[in-house]
Amino acid sequence: MIEVGTTIPERIFTVNRATLKSYADASGDQNPIHQNEEFAVSVGLPNVIAHGMLTMALVGKYVTDWAGGSAKVQHFGARFIKPVIVPADTDVDLTVTATVAAVDEKSITLDLIATSAGIKVLGMAKAVVSR
Amino acid sequence: MLNPDSVGRTFEGAGSVTVTQAEIDAFAAVIGELDTSIAPPTFSIRISLEQSQSILSDPAIGLDWTRVVHGDQKFEIFSPIKAGDTFTCSSTIETYRVAAGNEIVTVRSDLKSGSAIALSSWSTLVVRA
Repeated sequence: MIEVGTTIPERIFTVNRATLKSYADASGDQNPIHQNEEFAVSVGLPNVIAHGMLTMALVGKYVTDWAGGSAKVQHFGARFIKPVIVPADTDVDLTVTATVAAVDEKSITLDLIATSAGIKVLGMAKAVVSR
Repeated sequence: MLNPDSVGRTFEGAGSVTVTQAEIDAFAAVIGELDTSIAPPTFSIRISLEQSQSILSDPAIGLDWTRVVHGDQKFEIFSPIKAGDTFTCSSTIETYRVAAGNEIVTVRSDLKSGSAIALSSWSTLVVRA
């Protein structure tokens, strides 16, 4: 039974430098802050960071797996509040959970929470999926 | 600084874009999606960000893309994207403000198939001081 307040099981995605390279190639976003540590540090970042849109793509996968496929998603939005930091030769987590925020005959609204290394990386993350 | 005359204006992307199966496959592979019959919900960023970037980098508009950070992102999907779909893209500069020296720009991108909008997305871009 899906009702307001229903929680959806947590899922942990793994992100590493290889993920960032694949995402850069698949998305066309080759900004060096996502691949080159020296460059990232030179612009004031702690290390290489994941593309905000990679984080959102993985959270999208969490949503579509729960909802029953990519075609179900009507609305999807998030604010990028903290970077996902990806040191060399390290797997970092992207941990996603959700709560049902609204339900009507046609759609379900999910409030999404995404963290990496225990830090919340997305704000106001929300998806509306068709039933 | 952004040319204030561009706020509220809509810019049409040059030409049309046809989505290929290989592009959807590559995007889906990164996130472990096996069903590539339709594109994942955020796939359209591949089209819209590139188009917005070429429009907004026009010297007449004046956005300095090298200092842009992505602030937030939102998608409204009216019709899921499939391989072979052909879109034209337009970008509208919806809002613009300056806070603590940073320029904050909201850009809406519409992907249109004929006259129908398949997908609208909103990107808030922060041009760091």
